[in-house]
Amino acid sequence: MDTALDLARWQFGITTVYHFLFVPMTISMAFLVAIMQTVWWRTGNERWLRLTRLFGKLFLINFAMGVVTGIVQEFQFGMNWSSYSRFVGDIFGAPLAIEGLLAFFLESTFLGLWIFGWDRLKPGLHLMTIWIAAIGTALSAYFILAANSFMQNPVGFTMNEERGRAELTDFMAVLTNKVTLITVPHTLFAAFMVGGGFVAAVAMWHLLRRPEQDVEAFRSAAKLGAVTLLIAGIGVVLTGDIQGKIMTEVQPMKMAAAEALYEDADSNAPFSVFTVGTLDGTKPLFSIEVPGLLSQLATGSFDGEVRGINSLNEEYAQKYAGSGITDFAPNIPVTYWSFRLMMGLGFAAMAASVWILWALRKGRVPMPGARSTRWLLWTAIVLPLLPLFANSFGWIFTEMGRQPWVVFGLMPTEAGVSPSVSSAQVWTSMIGFTLLYGALAVVEVKLLLTFIGKGLPEANPPTGPDDDSDAPLAFAY
Amino acid sequence: MELTTIWFILIAVLFVGYFVLEGFDFGVGMLVGLLAKDEKERRVLVNTIGPVWDGNEVWLLVAGGALFAAFPEWYATLFSGFYLPLFLILVALIIRGVAFEYRGKRDDQVWRDRWDWAIIVGSFVPALLWGVAFANIIRGVPIDSSSEYVGGFFNLLNPYALLGGLLTTTVFLVHGAVFVALKTVGDIRERAHAFAQKVGGVAAVLAVLFIGWTAVRDGDLAVWLIGALAAVAFLGGLAASRAGRDGWAFVGTAVAIAGVVSMLFVALFPDVMPSSLDAAFNLTTENASSTPYTLKIMTWVAVFFTPIVIGYQAWSYWVFRKRIGVEHIPA
Repeated sequence: MDTALDLARWQFGITTVYHFLFVPMTISMAFLVAIMQTVWWRTGNERWLRLTRLFGKLFLINFAMGVVTGIVQEFQFGMNWSSYSRFVGDIFGAPLAIEGLLAFFLESTFLGLWIFGWDRLKPGLHLMTIWIAAIGTALSAYFILAANSFMQNPVGFTMNEERGRAELTDFMAVLTNKVTLITVPHTLFAAFMVGGGFVAAVAMWHLLRRPEQDVEAFRSAAKLGAVTLLIAGIGVVLTGDIQGKIMTEVQPMKMAAAEALYEDADSNAPFSVFTVGTLDGTKPLFSIEVPGLLSQLATGSFDGEVRGINSLNEEYAQKYAGSGITDFAPNIPVTYWSFRLMMGLGFAAMAASVWILWALRKGRVPMPGARSTRWLLWTAIVLPLLPLFANSFGWIFTEMGRQPWVVFGLMPTEAGVSPSVSSAQVWTSMIGFTLLYGALAVVEVKLLLTFIGKGLPEANPPTGPDDDSDAPLAFAY
Repeated sequence: MELTTIWFILIAVLFVGYFVLEGFDFGVGMLVGLLAKDEKERRVLVNTIGPVWDGNEVWLLVAGGALFAAFPEWYATLFSGFYLPLFLILVALIIRGVAFEYRGKRDDQVWRDRWDWAIIVGSFVPALLWGVAFANIIRGVPIDSSSEYVGGFFNLLNPYALLGGLLTTTVFLVHGAVFVALKTVGDIRERAHAFAQKVGGVAAVLAVLFIGWTAVRDGDLAVWLIGALAAVAFLGGLAASRAGRDGWAFVGTAVAIAGVVSMLFVALFPDVMPSSLDAAFNLTTENASSTPYTLKIMTWVAVFFTPIVIGYQAWSYWVFRKRIGVEHIPA
């Protein structure tokens, strides 16, 4: 592996998956912290202020990483994918620029006001700042997904052969791309599974490891987290179901790759939960299959016909004869397994949330020493990783499933790379970013664990704005 | 006016905003190593920019996004061509951003010292490299007939560009010192005043050299005029700082930075990235731009939302207008 293309692809994968560990957490935690602060503001109950302080701090530790790794995302299109940038800049750049103008400014400015404004703003106004920051994160998701959805399902454009690029003809079509409209709720719900799981896990860990300490507060937090995870999980399933049908419509190859389905299935196509053996079209050694489920996922009917890789390949070979591509199938083992890991980890997280809610039913607190407690503790420790990795695999699936295209049907991935950038340059930046990201991951996890371990901070109710006060700054760096 | 010209101006405005705003927080970042005597003073410095540095940095993200949307060819050539400097800038911005948030999160001097170094290096590297990069854009770099950069890394290290880099580094230091003087009380404010005078003299000499060199190269009257205005504003800022008029001093350095950046864009127009190989390969506002349709949509979005953004950013500066000193730093 030494071509600049392979390296640029690895770098994009590494930096994007890494960035997206922080994004879902940021989106959902912004809202969850806003909800906690709102409850405190409405009820005056100090336990919600202390929860706001703890989870607010954990949120900020995570947010910092999300911001700095996001900067790389914006610039690597130009750095590693300059031909892609020239080809789609007229369309792709617009949502990206609008994301900055509408969303990033909101997030960063109002988060600054939130962190430093406890004693500078009236409580109601201060509460508003975290809500605005949270709305900024959701807006950000919308615009970047609109840009991504164009790559999955290009709409609202025309080809300019003379300049060799795609040009925008209908911006509303890009903003209301049906792939965007279903991907946005799916991604947001998936993000809430991450934040909900994290809050529930932190709270359960405290209840189990430190019984008697701040029990009421952590019970509330655990329930808030578990309910959020569960509702979001149901949302993910429902939106994912619709998304699967839209995907089958606009990118049938991706659905075929999700199942490693080589031959067309006329009706009642089975979905394999697990396969041992080759995924290259030969007969698997062992497979657990659910009859009709693939048809249902892809078409909404158990009798639906699902196209296979081979016939799609033949069709595309004619349709895209000039593209230079001979094999239109993505990497099948990657798509097959990432699709299953996405769903499996998501369902496992939902099951964990149900168990947590069961353990906390009717005012109960898990008994220390009980047999189930050990398992519950392990569940709490693993829980944050389940939806988090489900998110990662979801993105790996959707991006790998689009290959060999960078813009589906328009531009092969290999045509998008920067011609003037050498392998040595990409090696340099890839090694640099990977080492830096690795080191920062260790630091971040350690910091999170330290603050989780410390438990709930003192409430320190804000004093409110007082221009003459010489009091120390609250929440300063 | 042509939409492409409007977008050239808007890109210029975004970079003016970026360098004026992040200019002072780069300066303060570098000063963490130069101005503060102890941990409390370092915290005072970090807290002067604490609420606003992240919002300042977004000006770069929006400028980058706007380049992508309005002039995709410019974006593609610039970022693939200046690959290694940009990589270094990104690394610097990453460690710097994390450092602000993480330095105080553990009560451990070694930990804090390390993050302070991240802040200092993370502020110094972009302050230097942005100057190098922009001077190279104005000077022209080897761009071939298919708009690809064909020079190497060392091509970017020429006297004019290095002078540009030294200029941004020193001017941002002064801009940062003036901002610290405006935002603090006590000893540290006095030291910031003295520092602004000392480094201000060096920066002024570099500024006159760079502005003169640019103006001679370009020869346009407008470039001479804006350059002269920038120089006068900078000297005025230094004088105001000497007189203890911190607000006016900050206005002076801010106008100076805005002036130099504007001068560079005026010198550039109508090119956006001239080729040093052949003027026929120059990227211009015409051949590097998006379609009129995209530019029109972007113009509406910008016209409607930019004032709102400026409004609430200004409000956040107003909320945190109080000066701070060591006595405000919590234990």
